[in-house]
Amino acid sequence: MKEQLEQIRLEAKKALELCEDPKALEELRIRYLGKKGELTAILKQMGKLSAEERPVIGQLANQVRAEIENDLNEAAEHIHQHLLEKKLASETIDVTLPGTPCPTGKEHPLNIVLNEVEDIFLGMGFSIAEGPEVETDYYNFEALNLPKDHPARDTQDTFYITENVLLRTQTSPVQVRVMEKQQPPIRIIAPGRVYRSDAVDATHSPLFHQIEGLVVDKGITMADLKGTLEIFIKRLYGEDSVVRFRPHHFPFTEPSAEMDIQCFNCHGEGCPMCKNEGWIEILGCGMVHPKVLSNCNIDPEEYSGFAFGIGLERIVMRRFAINDLRLLYENDLRFLDQF
Amino acid sequence: MDLSLRWLADYVETGVTPKQFCDAMTMSGSKVECYNEEADYISNVVVGKIIKIEKHPDADKLQICQIDIGREEPVQIVTAAQNVYEGMMVPAALDNSTLAGGVKIKKGKLRGVPSNGMMCSVSELGVTVHDFPYAIEDGIMDIKEDCKPGDDIRTALGLNDVCVEFEITSNRPDCLSVLGLAREAAATFGKELHLPEVKIENETGDINELLSVEVKNPTLCRRYVARMIKNIKVAPSPRWMRERLRASGVRPINNLVDITNYVMLEYGQPMHAFDYKYLAGNKIVVRNAEEGESITTLDGVERKLSPEMLCICDAEKPSCVAGVMGGEYSGIQDDTNMVVFESASFLGSSVRTTAKKLGMRTESSGRFEKNLDSRMCMEAVNRACQLVEMLGAGEVIGGYIDIDNEGDEPYTVEFCPEWTNKFLGIDLPAEKMVEILEKIGYKVENGVITVPSFRAGDTRHKADIAEEIARFYGYDVIPNTAVQGASQGALTLRQQFEKKLSRLLMANGCYEVQTYSFISPKYYDKIGLPEDSGLRRSVIITNPLGEDTSVMRTTCVPSMLEVVARNYNNRNVAGRFFELGTIYLPAESADILPEERGVAVIGSYGEKEDFFAMKGIILEALDKLGVYGVEFTANKENPTFHRGRCADIFIGEKKIGEIGEIAPAVLDNYGIGTRAYVATLDIADIFDARIVEKKFKPTPKFPASTRDLAIICDDELPAASLEKAIRQGAGKLLEKVELFDVYKGSSIAEGKKSVAYTMTLRAADRTLTVEECDRAVNKVLKELANIGAELRS
Repeated sequence: MKEQLEQIRLEAKKALELCEDPKALEELRIRYLGKKGELTAILKQMGKLSAEERPVIGQLANQVRAEIENDLNEAAEHIHQHLLEKKLASETIDVTLPGTPCPTGKEHPLNIVLNEVEDIFLGMGFSIAEGPEVETDYYNFEALNLPKDHPARDTQDTFYITENVLLRTQTSPVQVRVMEKQQPPIRIIAPGRVYRSDAVDATHSPLFHQIEGLVVDKGITMADLKGTLEIFIKRLYGEDSVVRFRPHHFPFTEPSAEMDIQCFNCHGEGCPMCKNEGWIEILGCGMVHPKVLSNCNIDPEEYSGFAFGIGLERIVMRRFAINDLRLLYENDLRFLDQF
Repeated sequence: MDLSLRWLADYVETGVTPKQFCDAMTMSGSKVECYNEEADYISNVVVGKIIKIEKHPDADKLQICQIDIGREEPVQIVTAAQNVYEGMMVPAALDNSTLAGGVKIKKGKLRGVPSNGMMCSVSELGVTVHDFPYAIEDGIMDIKEDCKPGDDIRTALGLNDVCVEFEITSNRPDCLSVLGLAREAAATFGKELHLPEVKIENETGDINELLSVEVKNPTLCRRYVARMIKNIKVAPSPRWMRERLRASGVRPINNLVDITNYVMLEYGQPMHAFDYKYLAGNKIVVRNAEEGESITTLDGVERKLSPEMLCICDAEKPSCVAGVMGGEYSGIQDDTNMVVFESASFLGSSVRTTAKKLGMRTESSGRFEKNLDSRMCMEAVNRACQLVEMLGAGEVIGGYIDIDNEGDEPYTVEFCPEWTNKFLGIDLPAEKMVEILEKIGYKVENGVITVPSFRAGDTRHKADIAEEIARFYGYDVIPNTAVQGASQGALTLRQQFEKKLSRLLMANGCYEVQTYSFISPKYYDKIGLPEDSGLRRSVIITNPLGEDTSVMRTTCVPSMLEVVARNYNNRNVAGRFFELGTIYLPAESADILPEERGVAVIGSYGEKEDFFAMKGIILEALDKLGVYGVEFTANKENPTFHRGRCADIFIGEKKIGEIGEIAPAVLDNYGIGTRAYVATLDIADIFDARIVEKKFKPTPKFPASTRDLAIICDDELPAASLEKAIRQGAGKLLEKVELFDVYKGSSIAEGKKSVAYTMTLRAADRTLTVEECDRAVNKVLKELANIGAELRS
């Protein structure tokens, strides 16, 4: 009997070593360990054994069963691994084939930059104000210290609806509308469309975008104006940007300034990109004219403020090296898809 | 304004290079556009003296000249010019020299004889006989200047000035003059300003016996000063005057004309010289034109005048449009013997409208319209008289006529050093401020600033004074500080909503576009808008650039169709686009501002696009924005769209947009050769309809049961009605209902369709029994029966 057990163990071991698929494995399990299996058959004969032999053989039988079970598990693990390998090998793909498209659209380049500008100012505690594009002469000119006969009106060729209604030539009227509604502190930017009677060419459009800015509070200084705009430019163009402020004239600010940024190309040396000036004009700004404040019922003795206006197209064209303004309004996909 | 640095040096020595000059002037408020070295195209050209002329052995028309150029050996130059003579001083372009127009001169041989350069005419040097009146047009320039052989030609002829081009802002007409800029330069560089000393040596006779002046409109003519000159001798001006005029971009004509131009450039005061013999009645009357009057101006054009235009007239007729242009015979002629100098000040706005109306903006009107300083009139006319004497151009008649309607009471502004420091964010002692102000013509006494007359136009407030101080303190020296204090900066809910809408549309493949807000009224025809549509009433631009951009749009559909058409025609095979645009809905009257409404417009074309793709984009976006309960109702009456493929979009009773396939006729109008789809949504409406509040619902614990229903109904019955019936029938147990098939065909009766739905039923607190599900289905079938739909058998 002892020999029979040893025999079974050897046979089982051999058979399991050769076994390669789960079905054959299951058959082997039944054959050796099943209720009608060989080991059970042997154990059924235990009754015939003597009292001395029984515990010895019993122990041996248990040991054989354990060893076969162990071998079975190992074989199962081996088969599982083997099959997995085969499956993975058969499922190999060419990872260089194209991906399945799930197309998304893109922002218009004007809005890409506008959103950046808005984020910068939102981060500095500004809100975004809005105002009408069809505007009254009063808000567009008069309240901004540009009376009817002011020569500066000529430089802003205006589209008129009636004598007193026009398409706003600048976003500055939003300043007035905000100040009329809200007492200081005020910190806003007002982006939007503006209109001037310029024929369409590579650098002109009768419709373009400006971003107006306005800060009014007690104790606002020209130093604050410079500091705020410098932060803005450094956030937009990088920490190493160099700016300068030079005197200019706007009827609704006093003192007025234009801000230039040092040419990215020549770093101030002068090159064709900056028309040999070394500087590129970026925006106009200034301290809000006391008359404009009092036009809006804000006491210029108590409050002061600064304002600025940025031409969006100009920044966008420079950012993306777009050489023709018309492309921005043609909306060809081959253009829109580049940004 | 073009400034000659040579001229500037008459009044202030800056002691800096042109580049330094330009940079510093820009930073103190006189913006320099660029500067040009005069005749910098000329190189290696010197003064030569012809010492010997021989005939060319092989050519009759050529002569061989030996020219002394101040070196040991003369150079030999062969010329075809006939006006050469021994002893003549000529411009000699040597080997490897350059001339006007980039012409390069190299040595060579002419008919076998070596020629080591070229002798030049005035035009080869890039100048004209106006600049050198003694020179001739054709032939070598015969130099009559104080120079010697070997001198650089640019120095010898004075072609070595530097011209600086300024961009002067409209508030600074005083800087449209050499003296104004000299004042700024003196202050910028801390140098002394030497003003010309105006003095007339001899005056004979009395102007009042020869001329009378009457100003009938003192509002438009603020001051009128006249002086007279007799025994006019018209001749070329001297070189120094010609040089200064040329560098300032003004062509020298003759001494008298040049003097008026010179004074205009020097003082900024336009002047006019009338020929006395053409002044009928020996009289000048400054009055408005009469109805029907006209004038033939200097340029030979007859111009109709209207009564708001101010004219300078004699006893009979207008001889000059005030401040704009003189009449044909009013100026200096060859036989002129006596002239009247006019130095006047006209109201800027009047000159501006007159010039605009006559369509002739002149140098003079461009200056007057900025409101010139009337205190300058007298000094300027005296300067002109002084120059007449200096040039020997005539004799000054004694006295003057001065009609001054303005007076010379100066403006004053309170001096507030503390306020100024606080306003600018600097800390400058009051004495330093006074120093700056006095350098540019202000006077400070007892806390009061007296504004110089030439700045009275734009210095009215202490903020204006602050700018003057800041300019010379240095904008760049003012520190950069951050605004103090916390502030609430945030997007409004509406702004957040719009940004989210954009992102959702982009997530669905739509590219953002930007289109013009103005369109042509014809575009309403192009999209087939009915004749009686209210949308045809637009805000109309009275002075549009063209018909194409003449009205403000009341719909964004034409703009979107243009985008589709352009892309289609540019052979882009497909596209999805959107714009958050604005439409402009006019009020009752054009004097009232229109309503500006935000609209989302979406357009698409291409193989994979159809009505339902567009509908999917919209529903997806609206769902994620919290806008629910959106219904689509077929609209067969909208001519922009395909009759069978168009819907109005509703939330409850409110129409919030429309969607559809573009009608074939409209596609034709736009040259779009494929199907295209457009939808619009009113942003305010969907914003108002959004549901902001979100509350967590536990995920279901009990399983759902699904039932599929295939329903037969009339083809005409919209699926929305079926769905509504299903929802009503199934009640609370219905979790969702999804359409999965629509079938029309052989096994279905004509005029019918089969629509298949999957209903998902679930209760939150239990597993539904089969009976419960069956009851729900039966109720659904009953509801369906009510609208004529039944289960497919």
